[in-house]
Amino acid sequence: MADQILQVEHLEKYYQKRHVLYDINFSVAKGEVVTLLGPSGSGKSTLIRCLNGLEPYQKGTITFEGQQVDPTEKNWQQIRQKIGMVFQSYDLFPNLTVIDNIMLGPTKVQKQSADATRAEAIQLLQRVGLEDYADAYPRMLSGGQKQRIAIVRALALHPDFMLFDEVTASLDPEMVRGVLNIIKDLAETDNMTMIVVTHEMNFAQEIADRVLFLENGKILEQTPSKQFFAKPQTDRAQEFLDSMDF
Amino acid sequence: MDHSGISVLFEGTNFTRLLGGLWVTVKIAGIALILGLILGIVLGVLRTFRNRLLRLILRLYLEFFRIVPTVVLLFLFYYILPKQLNFNLPADQIATLVFALWVGAEMSDIVRGALISVPKHQRESGLAIGLNRHQLYRYVLIPQAITLEIPATINLATRVIKTTSLLMLISVMDVINIGQQIIEANNHTHPTGVFWVYGLIFLFYFLIDYPLSWWAKRLEKRRLERTNG
Repeated sequence: MADQILQVEHLEKYYQKRHVLYDINFSVAKGEVVTLLGPSGSGKSTLIRCLNGLEPYQKGTITFEGQQVDPTEKNWQQIRQKIGMVFQSYDLFPNLTVIDNIMLGPTKVQKQSADATRAEAIQLLQRVGLEDYADAYPRMLSGGQKQRIAIVRALALHPDFMLFDEVTASLDPEMVRGVLNIIKDLAETDNMTMIVVTHEMNFAQEIADRVLFLENGKILEQTPSKQFFAKPQTDRAQEFLDSMDF
Repeated sequence: MDHSGISVLFEGTNFTRLLGGLWVTVKIAGIALILGLILGIVLGVLRTFRNRLLRLILRLYLEFFRIVPTVVLLFLFYYILPKQLNFNLPADQIATLVFALWVGAEMSDIVRGALISVPKHQRESGLAIGLNRHQLYRYVLIPQAITLEIPATINLATRVIKTTSLLMLISVMDVINIGQQIIEANNHTHPTGVFWVYGLIFLFYFLIDYPLSWWAKRLEKRRLERTNG
């Protein structure tokens, strides 16, 4: 299991008394793309947020790159530099320009030189077709552009692992493809390891190596993607796929 | 009645004395505001932390300065504390201290309110790129809070400037106290002097406060245009 980048064992999460994640077990291999599917409220976002230390969990362990995570804020702060995360609401910092948004992590957290970071940020912007917006403020950009920059901001820290939490859910339909293409390119060109929470079934089918299907805080099945979309193991997942109408 | 009332303003050194009084007023308000703003930002940030005891203490501090009338605070610091604690300062320094503590209390509430109204996702995005708490406040939360809190801060400043009119009660030679002296000294020769002296003081306060409140309104309008645009 040397190539496992992330292992989650017996993870349990409660909000006060409400039990929201039950005995979650899975692992992600280096270079693998895992999509988390499931109906709304099934705990997908909560689970992905636990993996980045944004939500505390009450039981179980997370092992990242061979080291079991001791879930203190200080440790998470170190680990987050290796785990990039992009959210549904593309929260660029409105008080900073695009380039400063991207450079904040590398220069302040990782103490890299401004010149090198800037050059790299421009390269990343070129990759997503937004190099002309380096000095713009986020309020001047469309949702799709902001989301592409949020991805660049996460990539600028050279993460080993990326988490995408419904990153296209609040975008206009014509913006969705551009963002998804970037994620796909990351998976194919950079061989980036990632967990993607999405409601875009076509995209999930295109990109995923493996599907985790969640319902009511439990993983109902973990199936290779091809098999999941052809014939899932559980009736519940079949129902879910039928209802998605894609 | 050979004097018209207005000439009382220019009799002898009256006008320069009034200006001198105005300077005392502005100086006390200005220094208190600067010290109070710094104190208020620090306390406001601390009030967003989780520590319950710390939050309780700071809350009590705020409520004390908000509930107790400013006059009472001035008397407390001017008459009572020196006796009890052997803590002696000249009246204008006492006034600056009281006003700074008051501004700090009010400001801590403004800063806290602004910080907690920065959307939660901003905090999480900051954490997700590995910022520690200090960096999160410095680069993400405080800059965004500042644009939210500027209008309220300017309004606080106008209140502070107006409230300096209480300073004569602890014998600070501010513009009101000097105006009062001029009126009393010239009461015989200029019976209508009171109208002109207070009229001038009214003008002084207006000239300082009105631009501030106009500026606050303009900033708020610009901010709304920006966030909606």
